[in-house]
Amino acid sequence: MNEAKTPTAFWDRTMIGLSAALLVLLIVGLVLPQWALSFGTVGVYLGIVVLGMALLMRTGLVSFGQGLYYCLGAYAAGTLDHFFNLSDLLVMVVAGALLAGVVAGILGLLLARYRDIFFAMLSLAFSMILYGLLVKTSQLGSTDGFGLSVKTFAGIALSGGRARYVIFSFACLLGFVCAAFMHRYWSSHLGRLATAIRDNELRVEYMGESVRRVIHLNYVISATLAGIGGALMAGAIGHVDPETTANWTTSGEFVFIAILGGTGSVFAPFLGAGIFEAVRTFALERFPNTWQMSLGITMLLVMIFLPGGLWSAFRARRRTA
Amino acid sequence: MPQLPAVIIDGILYASWMFIIAVGLTLVYGVMKILNVAHGSLYALGAYTASTFVAYWLAHGHAPVESYGVLLVAAIVVGLVAGLLIERGLLQFMYGREEIVLVLVTYALFLILEDLTKLVFGVDPLLVSEPYSLLGNLQLGHLIYPVYSIVLVAAAIVVGVVLALVINRTRKGKILRAVIHDREISMAMGVNVSRVYLVTFTVGAMLAALGGALTAPTTSVQPGIGAEVIVLAFAIVVVGGLGSLAGAALGALIVGLVRSAAVHYAPEVELFSVYVVMALVLIVRPKGMFAAAESRKI
Repeated sequence: MNEAKTPTAFWDRTMIGLSAALLVLLIVGLVLPQWALSFGTVGVYLGIVVLGMALLMRTGLVSFGQGLYYCLGAYAAGTLDHFFNLSDLLVMVVAGALLAGVVAGILGLLLARYRDIFFAMLSLAFSMILYGLLVKTSQLGSTDGFGLSVKTFAGIALSGGRARYVIFSFACLLGFVCAAFMHRYWSSHLGRLATAIRDNELRVEYMGESVRRVIHLNYVISATLAGIGGALMAGAIGHVDPETTANWTTSGEFVFIAILGGTGSVFAPFLGAGIFEAVRTFALERFPNTWQMSLGITMLLVMIFLPGGLWSAFRARRRTA
Repeated sequence: MPQLPAVIIDGILYASWMFIIAVGLTLVYGVMKILNVAHGSLYALGAYTASTFVAYWLAHGHAPVESYGVLLVAAIVVGLVAGLLIERGLLQFMYGREEIVLVLVTYALFLILEDLTKLVFGVDPLLVSEPYSLLGNLQLGHLIYPVYSIVLVAAAIVVGVVLALVINRTRKGKILRAVIHDREISMAMGVNVSRVYLVTFTVGAMLAALGGALTAPTTSVQPGIGAEVIVLAFAIVVVGGLGSLAGAALGALIVGLVRSAAVHYAPEVELFSVYVVMALVLIVRPKGMFAAAESRKI
């Protein structure tokens, strides 16, 4: 449709940028110290989760319960290692994505009818139910959670110093795939309906599209990404617990990163996640008692002066230059 | 097997406590359409201020009975100051934005206030139980309850009745209802909407602080209590219907009874029973029990 109006050639600027970023990361990763690899991995898996948040926000929805799927992904990975002795990172990520996607498929039937605050509140309620369940499940370690270890990746044994790099490059590759998929999706007919729904869903209905179906689909996609992110997190950190996954404060962090980065481009969530993690690491070390405060102030400043997120500033400067 | 009366009494005690906190949240939402995440921080602020003041008061050898007055004054003062500062300093510039953006603004505020509280009051738990233990216990049949809990019930009833009377029976209340009904027409009729918002938010902040101050003697005041309380308050106002006073009361009662039943009969589901109720109510009545029907705007 409309080939002339919409530049949908496969290798547009974003796709080239993504591929270049992947290549640079994979090569630079070879010489980076261990801590930098860990840091990069965190940035990428958070970015993947927030990419899903960004999709919801483009649809005009803010979920205060994305931690639900992050948690499902993480616990799927953890359970595989802990109870089934399946310690392959690839299997874990696939399982996490599947579990999150299936649960979102079911809950989405309900949630697709809700908007605004009610969407935020119902998603929050679902996430808190899981949180409450996990906290009381002693087989899964209650509030402490449990540890896991990744032993192989796609059948290849991970050992010693190489493990971090393999996990890092797998995370980057996954990030690339998710971002590329999302970019293609956003420029497709279905993907463009998201912003149309945000602007005026009644008109979308008049044009013969089912708003509920689009929202349901976007919800499942965002949940699947959160599941992937959660499983990656579990594999990389080697520990899962309810407090840092399903509790609403974690979902709040995802909202924060999405606002910080913006929703204008698939790069934005990764930019937001990288800066968030850098600020958190730095602030936790230097001023452990005021890091949340710095997050809050940053969030307010971004919302007041850069409603499109940090990415929009980058874009605006490039355009005027 | 625990008895039904115990379940009901515990439920009512829990409901009264939550009502004081939730009613401020629902008031602010009803008038200003702001779902205030920072309400939890204001609650924590009230709890911390009250504990600190009462401890200071007792340490200087004043009569323990006076600590109730100190408790109330501390809550009112800190709510007043914080409410005025937040509304004038931040929120007044945000009106007219989408509801969900306002949630995010107050979430940012929540993050800031959490750390501010830690900076001012430290991270060690505060324990000031004198106002609680001073009143002794009351025997109901063979069940023993602290008198302080009964005071909480009375406080909740007073707060609810006063608010209902002010909103429904006074001139100021009439103006408030006009603003709720149609903000722009009220403005055109000469209502100072900006001041109504300021007063509403400040009253909401004071109620949150009061909730915190009244809770402080019954528990140890420590970082994180705000985050815990705010999701419970959300559950209550969402169950009752956002912006409805009667809804907050009913929501508090439902959540209180469910939680107390869970504690007595199935302790392992205690934590999430509240959220199950919240989800169920939202599923059956998407806008809560007492929400008015709203015409769809294009």
